[in-house]
Amino acid sequence: MARYTQDKEELTEQKAKKFNLWLGMIGMFMMFAALSSGFIVYTAGGVDKGIKTLLPEAFIYSTVLIVLSSLTMQLAYVAARKTAFGRQKLLLMATIVLGLGFFAMQVHAWGVLSGRGVVFVNPNASQSFVYIFTGMHLAHIIAGILVLVRALAGRIRNIDQVRNVFRMDLAALFWHFLGILWIYIYVFLLLNQ
Amino acid sequence: MSSITSAHPADHHGEHGHHHESFLSKYVFSQDHKMIAKQFLITGIVMAVFAMFLSILFRLQLAWPDKEFPILEVFLGKWAEGGRISPDFFLALVTIHGTIMVFFVLTAGLSGTFANLLIPYQLGARDMASPFMNMLSYWFFFTACIVMISSFFVESGPASAGWTVYPPLSAVPTAISGSAMGMTLWLISMTLFIASQVLGGINYISTVLNMRAKGMDLWKMPLTIWALFLTAIVGLLSFPVLVSAVVLLIFDRSFGTSFYLSDLVVQGQILPNEGGSPILFQHLFWFLGHPEVYIVLMPALGLTSEVISTNSRKPIFGYHAMVYSLIGITILSFIVWGHHMFVTGMNPFLGGVFMITTLIIAVPSAVKSFNYLATLWRGNIRFTPAMLFAIGMVSFFISGGLTGLYLGNSALDIALHDTYFVVAHFHLVMGSASIFGMLCGVYHWFPKLFGRMMNEKLGYLHFWLTFAGAYLVFFPMHFMGIDGVPRRYYAFTEFPFMEKWISVNVFITWAAIIAALGQVAFLWNFFSSIRFGKRATQNPWGSNTLEWTTGVKHIHGNWPGELPTVYRWPYDYSKPGHHEDFIPQTVPFSETMSSNLPHDFEGNVEAERIQREWELANRPQAEKEAE
Repeated sequence: MARYTQDKEELTEQKAKKFNLWLGMIGMFMMFAALSSGFIVYTAGGVDKGIKTLLPEAFIYSTVLIVLSSLTMQLAYVAARKTAFGRQKLLLMATIVLGLGFFAMQVHAWGVLSGRGVVFVNPNASQSFVYIFTGMHLAHIIAGILVLVRALAGRIRNIDQVRNVFRMDLAALFWHFLGILWIYIYVFLLLNQ
Repeated sequence: MSSITSAHPADHHGEHGHHHESFLSKYVFSQDHKMIAKQFLITGIVMAVFAMFLSILFRLQLAWPDKEFPILEVFLGKWAEGGRISPDFFLALVTIHGTIMVFFVLTAGLSGTFANLLIPYQLGARDMASPFMNMLSYWFFFTACIVMISSFFVESGPASAGWTVYPPLSAVPTAISGSAMGMTLWLISMTLFIASQVLGGINYISTVLNMRAKGMDLWKMPLTIWALFLTAIVGLLSFPVLVSAVVLLIFDRSFGTSFYLSDLVVQGQILPNEGGSPILFQHLFWFLGHPEVYIVLMPALGLTSEVISTNSRKPIFGYHAMVYSLIGITILSFIVWGHHMFVTGMNPFLGGVFMITTLIIAVPSAVKSFNYLATLWRGNIRFTPAMLFAIGMVSFFISGGLTGLYLGNSALDIALHDTYFVVAHFHLVMGSASIFGMLCGVYHWFPKLFGRMMNEKLGYLHFWLTFAGAYLVFFPMHFMGIDGVPRRYYAFTEFPFMEKWISVNVFITWAAIIAALGQVAFLWNFFSSIRFGKRATQNPWGSNTLEWTTGVKHIHGNWPGELPTVYRWPYDYSKPGHHEDFIPQTVPFSETMSSNLPHDFEGNVEAERIQREWELANRPQAEKEAE
């Protein structure tokens, strides 16, 4: 009975921690929702406002990279559940590499934009907003990569399976969220370009 | 972390609870919700005293604008040259007073203390969902406090753009002296503060939704928990918006972008920024700023509900209505922010919409006020210091709320905007009401926090000085506002038509000084009672909620052995047929057969049958006795 109670309490706490992540994601989304509404209010302020350029192709490639990384992350999570630890490690590493690739591609897109004269410090702040959206998303990507590295470190240190799966569960959820968040930002910017 | 708090809770919280803790892990980097509550409370009190002291300084300037106080120069140096507060420093004082009181005292000090203390205790949980995040929440808050206070030690002085930090004053570092380093520190401090609030808020919501004891369904939760839960939701949805606003502000300040800035000439220099909109900042700021008012107020409403019911020895009147009012306030709080911006050139139609949503808030607020009064009505009232502060809170909520009807009306607001009428309104309905809610909570839950009682006589002295003081300070301000006296002016007596108000300002300042001295009674009572107060019994107020079923001495995990089971709502006070005037939530209906009512069983046919049988079996005996 005592053992049962103890496990149940532990399970409740894990459930609550996962719920924390959901709430955190709601908070993060609110930040981007605020930026979106700020963008709309600002851009509606005059005909000289607006993105007024086509978004760089690099954003398409980065979208492909982040979608692929979501796939590898999900496969890594499934591998962790099936105790296929070798595959879990490999797929996690692939996810991290794809994440870094996404990061590099976004920075490259900034280069393309500034090459066209669409710079961050700009009297048309709608164009500055593009950097703000992508930059704040990249800040979250850095956090996401740290979460992935932590999950990988746990695997390498051979932590017990319950914690391994729990960490992977949270890492996968967060990483998928970052992918969906990017798609939201991209579609929002596409609709306003 | 998890090995301490989650992996083996029964071992840790049971008979083997005396595990070794270092000073650091127990008092400094504690992950225990009770210790974190104390940390929030004491930091909040220190910040409140600091902000109150700032207010006395600027009150001196307002009451005696031409008088010199040489002692001020001794302590403040160039900010009070010749013994008179400088105009720049005056603006810094009102800015930091507002920032600290709104955010650091009435948000973190109030929610941080009581959400940490009461959510696990009143729900029957061992701790928060993530004790580690909870610890981080406090330390982010503490660091934010240090950074905010440190701005008094930089040469250009603290931020001075008002607590709302509107650009361009906040966005152009060369605008006024307070726009320089002090503003940067303000932004750093607030970023840390928001991180603290979001971490804390996530934990509060998650704990309420996931970690309630067996039997504690949502409709058995005390109103304190409902209020703290909804407050956390409001915070989670609104604080991130301020982050976005602040990020854009930082880029405008430091990187030359033009989100908020346009066409400015500062000290003869034309600034390069073009195309920005300061109104955009106001929209983003007030999307947080107005919900923030309810983040400050709702916990106070929750704490008072509990204290008024307990000390009236009556069930709270209209429990469901109280919850729905809180939910109504929560939703409405997000669609009224425009009422702070009626005079920004807003489309009158949009202003009309914001006016209507604003005035609708009067409905749930009135429901709450009437329910408080109905709870008090014919109650067996115990005038403990906590109860006095709770009643005081209701008084401020009503008298300050009434002027909200004037200010919420866009036509009237054009005349009253940025006058002392606004200062009077929000200091009563948000400032005084919330601080009274907080103090009512401190007096009521002190035995739970520290295992000792506070001195009642000092409590009464504190109450009357503060209650009278607050009204004497803020009530006259309404009249000044109606006459057009503007807020935040360093020397409004320069305008001849306002000179007549100088005597009122002297009166207000004396009232403020006396009320501030009254706080010494509280500080002495609070800190000396921690060590020398009378030892508390387990349930000193005869209360029903779960926290009073835990031991006076704190243990990890709160309850030794299994967690409690809840059988009833928390407001079974003076229930007819029961031998005591309270029935704790952990008492099953099978132990209170003589007082059970049909609706207690919530449609459980079997329980109703058992109750009927018991009544039938016992009735003849009772009747015989009657004969």
